[in-house]
Amino acid sequence: MAPPVLRVTGLTKVFGAREQEALRLAGEGHGRDEILRRTGATLAVHDVSFAVERGELFVVMGLSGSGKSTLVRLLNRLIEPSAGTVEVDGRDLRALDDATLRTVRNQKISMVFQHFALLPHRTVRENAAYALKVRGASAAEQRQRADWALETVGLLERADARPDELSGGMRQRVGLARALAADSEVLLMDEPFSALDPLIRRDMQDLLERLQSELAKTIVFITHDLNEAMRLGDRILMLKDGCTVQLGTGPEIISAPADDYVADFTSDVDRTRVLTAGDLLREPRLTARVGDRPGDVLRALGAAEANGVYVLDGDQVVAGVARDDLLARAVQEGRTAIGPRELVPDYATIAADRPVVDFVHLVGQHPVPLGVLDEAGRLLGVVPRAAVLDALSAVPVRGRRS
Amino acid sequence: MIPHVPLGQWVSDLIDWLLDAVPWLFDAISAVMQVLVDGLTDALVSPPPVVWIVVFTVLALLLRGPWLALYTLLAFLLVVSLELWVETMQTLALVLVAAVIAAAISVPLGVLAARHRAVSVVVRPVLDSMQTTPVFVYLIPAVFFFGVGVVPGVVATILFAIPPGVRLTELGIRQVDREVVEAAQAFGARPGQVLREVQLPLALPAIMAGVNQVIMLALSMVVTAGLLGAAGLGAVVVRAVTQLDVASGFEGGLAVVLLAVFLDRLTGAFGQRSVLSRLRQARVRRGRQQDAPVADTRVGAASPVGARSVG
Ligand SMILES: Nc1ncnc2c1ncn2[C@@H]1O[C@H](COP(=O)(O)OP(=O)(O)O)[C@@H](O)[C@H]1O
Ligand SMILES: [Mg+2]
Repeated sequence: MAPPVLRVTGLTKVFGAREQEALRLAGEGHGRDEILRRTGATLAVHDVSFAVERGELFVVMGLSGSGKSTLVRLLNRLIEPSAGTVEVDGRDLRALDDATLRTVRNQKISMVFQHFALLPHRTVRENAAYALKVRGASAAEQRQRADWALETVGLLERADARPDELSGGMRQRVGLARALAADSEVLLMDEPFSALDPLIRRDMQDLLERLQSELAKTIVFITHDLNEAMRLGDRILMLKDGCTVQLGTGPEIISAPADDYVADFTSDVDRTRVLTAGDLLREPRLTARVGDRPGDVLRALGAAEANGVYVLDGDQVVAGVARDDLLARAVQEGRTAIGPRELVPDYATIAADRPVVDFVHLVGQHPVPLGVLDEAGRLLGVVPRAAVLDALSAVPVRGRRS
Repeated sequence: MIPHVPLGQWVSDLIDWLLDAVPWLFDAISAVMQVLVDGLTDALVSPPPVVWIVVFTVLALLLRGPWLALYTLLAFLLVVSLELWVETMQTLALVLVAAVIAAAISVPLGVLAARHRAVSVVVRPVLDSMQTTPVFVYLIPAVFFFGVGVVPGVVATILFAIPPGVRLTELGIRQVDREVVEAAQAFGARPGQVLREVQLPLALPAIMAGVNQVIMLALSMVVTAGLLGAAGLGAVVVRAVTQLDVASGFEGGLAVVLLAVFLDRLTGAFGQRSVLSRLRQARVRRGRQQDAPVADTRVGAASPVGARSVG
């Protein structure tokens, strides 16, 4: 099996002179404050391990000072690790000499910075072409790649401007274009949208989602905003005082925060935008097939104390809903198979990736629970009203302090 | 009783030893500087004054605009009418040679100090002592090594002007936005590339402020150089002082001030021209703060870098 694009094992960084002593204390389980007090060294990142698969958007989040910037800079060795390994495509970065490391940075890993970090004396196009210039690409290739990248982020018409003529959002588009032009597999983004206004931030998140669906980069995305993390991240690593406190998908973290620290974050999250139909999905207790005997189905309904049932055709596609009153009439009229006359469109469906906010008004309106369908119209499962209410009211009990 | 430590004797011995061991070195330095200053002085005084006045005025116009051009024209005409043109040009030659050499030493040293902590640690106390040593203390060894005349003046001026050049360069490079440096590194730039493409261009305004300070400090040494026997405005002032001639003392002093303001405004423009408009604006603010003319020839380092805003 191919190795993950990025694998981090036991990654640790100590800032300060008494590094070895600090590492020993950290190994004995002492925390950051204790180590700082005893050695004067800062344990910025401690024993972090994870793997990021190709095309995954992996979010690292935590409060200010939790070690996010340090962690992301360990990934391209802008900061030397004190312990642990970083492998890119199975190659240990720490084993590389300076020249090879520079090649890897130039071709495999690109970075986007919180304050954009553009060269103020170069044009937007020259900034976007920076990796290619470092690589020694021809002027024509530099221009062509830079223009492609600028077009991708929607900024081609400002290619000849200087960064200081652009707004913050536009500058970060240049930062993004610079990373894209390098055509590297891995994108490291250190709080790329934190310095932007909320509305612009939303735009940039949209842009990133669109890019990600087209280009499928392997992204490590740093943020301190859980809503942003939930929105963008496939998986989220929660960092606290340099240590991992939880690693999981957004819904996993929301529904079961590992500790108070995580719960404090999740209490700010708008769950109706994070939890999707797929997260709340249940097996339907009962389904029927076109051609089943109305009497059998009616009896099953009675046993299940339900008023209606999804009727599926041979491909699991929903044909309609059979309601108890119509089934009873079919029995009276002596029909032996459920057909079009027993089926009514008295139901609502939704796709699995839609957030609760999109379907909360649909639940509880019909004799059957909300149906969750795949693209082909096949029934994946149902979302009963109780499941929605439960998810929305589920304030993680452990997490509340007051 | 604490015994007398013959520190002074040691230094004196060291100087004797140096003079004995490598006399050719001092002769060579002496010869080179003499040639540079004489050559430049010749170039400045041989054509009629109007030639250089036009050149200076055009330069002022191009680099700074009509107001400085007007000032330049009037100031140098006044110098001519005071019959101090030759002395002023001798002083200008001395200042330019000293400033160019001081900048050529201090800027690379500042770059090294910014990049290597070890260099910084060694250089800093040396600079501190250079800056706090009274000027006249340099003069004695300068005279020992180079005799009297223009060369010891140039050497003392260089030594005096180096510290702010180094400091401002180091500070300028250290102040370059860390993220921008990281960005260059993150895209695989070599250390030399980072220096050339990021650190130097972004530190240029600070470096130019340093060069400006170097020139101003060099000017402030003019009278001292006159004391050592260098021809020029310094000699005029020294002569006036020894003869208690208030009138020519004032005229000589005024010519120094006129030259100082011209050089300050002109070199203040270097940092702006080629560089980005963002820093241009910061620099304009600094220009406003520094409008008290000669007062800041000695105060030096405080304002220029402080006024440079990042971000
Ligand atoms: N170069 C450094 N030298 C010393 N301490 C540092 C350095 N960089 C970061 N730190 C410390 O490491 C900890 C983590 O910092 P950082 O990674 O910047 O956190 P975050 O990006 O999550 O805000 C902080 O306590 C910070 O003070
Ligand atoms: Mg940070």
